[in-house]
Amino acid sequence: MTLHQTLADTMGQAKADPALSGIIKLAVLAVGGQGGGVLTGWIEDLARANGYAAQATSVAGVAQRTGATVYYVEMAPHRAGDPVPVLSLMPAAGDVDIMITAEMMEAGRAIIRGFVTPDRTTLITSTHRALAVSEKMVPGDGIADSAEVMAAADIAARRFIAHDFDTLAIKNGSVISASLFGALAGSGALPFDRAAFEAAIRAGGKGIEGSLRAFGAAFEVAANPPEAEEPAKAAAQKTGVSGPAHLLAEWNRLAARVAALPEQVAELAQLGLRKVVEFQSLAYGADYLDRLASVQTCDSAAQGWALTREAAKYIANAMAYDDIIRVADLKTRARRFDRIRSEMRVKEANVLHLTEFFHPRAEEIVGLFPARLGAKLEADPKWMARLTRWFDKGRRLRTDSLPAFVTLHILGGLKFWRPRTLRHAQEQAHLARWLDVALSQVGQNYDLAVELIRCRRLVKGYSDTHARGLSKFDRVVDASLTIAHRPDAADWCRRLREAALKDEEGKALEGAIATIRSFA
Amino acid sequence: MAERSFKAEVEHLRLGDGQTFTGEGILAITKALLENGVAYVGGYQGAPISHLMDVLADAEELLGELGIRFEANANEAAAAAMLAASVHYPMRGAVTFKGSVGVNVASDALANLASSGVKGGALIIVGEDYGEGSSIMQERSHAFAMKSQFWLLDPRPNLPCITKAVKDGFELSEASNTPVMLMVRIRSCHVTGSFPTRDNQRPKLTVREALSNPQSDFARVVLPPMSYAHEQDKIKNRWPNAEKFIRERGLNEVFGPKTAPVGLVLQGGMYNGVIRALQRLRLADLHGNSDVPLYVLNVTYPLLSSEFLQFCQGKDQVLVIEEGQPEFIEQQLTTFLYRAGSSVRLRGKDILPMAGEYTGQVMLDALTAFLKQAAPDMLPATVRAPNEDRPQIPDLTKTVPIRPPGFCTGCPERPIFAAMKLVQKETGKLQISADIGCHLFAALPPFEIGGATMGYGLGPAANAAFDGGGERRPVSIIGDGGFWHNGLSSSFTNMAFNKSDGVAVIVDNYYSAATGGQDIMSSRADNPTKATKHPITKALKGIGIDWVRQVDRTYDVAKMRDVLLEALTTDTPGPKVIVASSECMLNKQRREKPLQAKAIKDGRRVEAPRFGVDEDVCTGDHACIRLSGCPSLSLKKLDDPLRDDPVASIDQSCVGCGNCGEVADAAVLCPSFYRADVVHNPSAWESRMARIATRIIGWLQSRRAARRLNFEGTA
Repeated sequence: MTLHQTLADTMGQAKADPALSGIIKLAVLAVGGQGGGVLTGWIEDLARANGYAAQATSVAGVAQRTGATVYYVEMAPHRAGDPVPVLSLMPAAGDVDIMITAEMMEAGRAIIRGFVTPDRTTLITSTHRALAVSEKMVPGDGIADSAEVMAAADIAARRFIAHDFDTLAIKNGSVISASLFGALAGSGALPFDRAAFEAAIRAGGKGIEGSLRAFGAAFEVAANPPEAEEPAKAAAQKTGVSGPAHLLAEWNRLAARVAALPEQVAELAQLGLRKVVEFQSLAYGADYLDRLASVQTCDSAAQGWALTREAAKYIANAMAYDDIIRVADLKTRARRFDRIRSEMRVKEANVLHLTEFFHPRAEEIVGLFPARLGAKLEADPKWMARLTRWFDKGRRLRTDSLPAFVTLHILGGLKFWRPRTLRHAQEQAHLARWLDVALSQVGQNYDLAVELIRCRRLVKGYSDTHARGLSKFDRVVDASLTIAHRPDAADWCRRLREAALKDEEGKALEGAIATIRSFA
Repeated sequence: MAERSFKAEVEHLRLGDGQTFTGEGILAITKALLENGVAYVGGYQGAPISHLMDVLADAEELLGELGIRFEANANEAAAAAMLAASVHYPMRGAVTFKGSVGVNVASDALANLASSGVKGGALIIVGEDYGEGSSIMQERSHAFAMKSQFWLLDPRPNLPCITKAVKDGFELSEASNTPVMLMVRIRSCHVTGSFPTRDNQRPKLTVREALSNPQSDFARVVLPPMSYAHEQDKIKNRWPNAEKFIRERGLNEVFGPKTAPVGLVLQGGMYNGVIRALQRLRLADLHGNSDVPLYVLNVTYPLLSSEFLQFCQGKDQVLVIEEGQPEFIEQQLTTFLYRAGSSVRLRGKDILPMAGEYTGQVMLDALTAFLKQAAPDMLPATVRAPNEDRPQIPDLTKTVPIRPPGFCTGCPERPIFAAMKLVQKETGKLQISADIGCHLFAALPPFEIGGATMGYGLGPAANAAFDGGGERRPVSIIGDGGFWHNGLSSSFTNMAFNKSDGVAVIVDNYYSAATGGQDIMSSRADNPTKATKHPITKALKGIGIDWVRQVDRTYDVAKMRDVLLEALTTDTPGPKVIVASSECMLNKQRREKPLQAKAIKDGRRVEAPRFGVDEDVCTGDHACIRLSGCPSLSLKKLDDPLRDDPVASIDQSCVGCGNCGEVADAAVLCPSFYRADVVHNPSAWESRMARIATRIIGWLQSRRAARRLNFEGTA
């Protein structure tokens, strides 16, 4: 929370004009469906019930359908019989006293539109995110940076009240309009007391109790802002492990090997080890640490162990690939069932039906075959067509019922079989090639080697998406190698990878590769 | 049934003498119609006047008591044509639709109406959909008034003024035998306020009474030579009569000091914005008392030369504040000054922007610039020489994503476009034209389907050039609203008659959904006063289109995809039409949620579906989102340093429509999705079987868990 008191004193010119004293301009920027209309209605009723003339406007229309929507309220003290004040129908840049935004990026939008100014605006925002489609559809991480908006709001607003009012409302069995109304009350920005606000909610008549709870909680937050939240502790290390004694003993031996690694490597290797052991076995975990050790021999403390650290992360991801066995195992675990029951708020008296959506293709089926037989079938279009006919269709499995659960439970128990499968052979080969290529650059261009390790991020998803990921991975690696001699090769490799994560078809990647070709 | 019920508001329509109405502008207009003895009302829904139609539909009982006929017209042309009742009968009629698009559709009838002239007051209430929040092309309805010679009111945007304009409009219409268009902007429609009410008036002549005593007069028919006489009548009689009425009744207003070097001429709708700018310049007080003279045009067509020239007297410069383009008013006023040989300098779009909404900032900048040039002494010192040291606010334009409207959670149209995206993966990009309605959101990411929209009901017609077919067939999309509005006649008969080889997809969501969920011909609901439940397929068969496929559950993505592929590849000649039907989720939820809650409370068995994502199985490639865009399907950053990309996550707003599972299956995406159906009040047998299964499953799980290492915090 910020208070630009000095600015308010030197720049509060509007307040100096007695002809306009008492007028309050309040805007609400919300996403369609957030109940901005309800909030506006409360504010309007509140003002009217307390001796103010109030006027509200909105631009509903299609913007209601999930788009950003503005609501605007103006109020001025008014005695019955006096001339009616002339109020504006829309907020103006630099002329908003209270700005309420029901989502973090909408706060950013309010700032962009000039509705938040240091001389006058109290900005109340919920810090939660309702992601825009453009952020969600990116194959990589396209989520906009809330920190930038927070920083800008600190500068732009006279007072800034920020909190996750959405979660707070849900926790109190209500919706965000109620918690924002509470925050408005708690901010003290309107000249009405708490009881008057609560009366407006009661007059509204719907879901009163939940609304009042959320209102009260938000009131406290806004009135007595909690100290700056502690930054969430970097990945609270969950090391708790249990199991049969002989397995635990072996685990402890592996854990000791991790502990012996440089600190920045161990941090990730510990998680990586856990991931591969969960995926397959302790022996597989030992294999992981061996591979890591071979990377470490090419690396040095002088480089900050960057290569090994990245390898610790991506080798684990590569070794714990997504096959039917892994998915079946994850889908049938008791913890998953517990988690779903609590997320879906299943009560004791309810019954839970659980439907999984599987669509195995011939590729996944041959992937389960022994490596040599599988490879042979995969190369034979006739056999692939046959397998497609037999297996390639959507399967909905009711994992709350015994037949489906047992099927998946058995599949999930096929870990002993996995090392012999075609898929495993393919994954191992890919892993080996990738590491070879990356490590071959260490001597010539250490930074490029690190970036090449990171390129493994591109391989993800299932079926077509997985194939596209692999192809992007190949293109990025190949293009990077053509300019491996250049000092900026690592930088280019990073740019290529980022381009590959920008869109599905790889248009940005193609553009970047074309650029490289022009000077390679 | 419309999306929102106005049963409560309807009670406000019964207020009488000495009472006060408090509420939304659009409802105030409705009340004013009743106070002014309207005999019939109609219109076609669309933002920002949908609520007017909805409240009238909910007020049928009251309308019946007063003997008023209400029509939910098939389209704006039908609504405008209805005003023909005022040509021969001294009955007041009002219709409403959105401008400028509704006026486009209505313009045929409006032109004929304006030529014939009216005996009873004819009022066209247009919600001018311009500026922020608008969903249409940015044009002015003003031009229609000019070309057809009917009068245009643009009252100051407060409830007393808007409701007075209804009264003035009827009287002006009757005094000049000319239809009158009352224009209200988006925010004026939704502005809240109060006005003193009067008793509702029964029409002096009801439509039933008129029908008992039919009238006709061939002099009113638009045929030569009467049509020539109509034109002369407009200019020689109706126009002067209108001017006289406007002047004598003082419909336009002048505020501020009598003498000043400058003045402002403004559309009534601009008044509050202008006053706010003057307030910010310390040139007006809270109640609108202005230091600068204002000539407020509550009537923007016709303009009164004498009134304007009188206002200009003694002034050096006058600024015209006219939103939208071209600057019709400014041009007309310039002509007045020129013809009068006046030396007053007229300013307008040389200072104000030619295009775009006149926002607070635009208004402030323009008035500041004008006064700096024309009357700098009037401005406070701080404005003349600003001395501010404002902190630099970081630029967020690159950070904040745009947030255009899109399909709602669980929308039945989403799977149709997911299927279409999958089809295009097989066929390559197709020529696709779209229509007006919610389905147009498919033009935006993640679907990017549909490259043109030519108007309501014109989607398939917009593909007519491609009707002859080619290597791949053209595809057009139209909603059920568009189908009944104009699509059946303009698009589908066009396809049928020209033996189109194209494919048309009719998105049937049971309502005119984008305008607020009003019933239409093919709605499934029981509607006591309207004929519903007429299948679209029957209409298609009736005009000779035989290749028609009805899909009754759009959420079946694989089926949608297959039907589309069939339409694109079949050998059958002629139009290929797919009717994809599932109820609008917004309306369905509104209808079913309370019923479901009650059923659970009453102890009846209810299955409540919701989807979820297994975050360990999701790899964060977001392929599902590129086939969905559902608000409830979002992303979540995991607290796992090994994972780079956020994974899919479904929040509790999910309504379990099924799209996620269908898409994961049809597009062979991934096995991360699951559907959880929580069964409330299960039967005793069901509970028992579930308990047994759970026990056996639990035993299998703990048996396996006992033989391996288990890590805390994982699934």
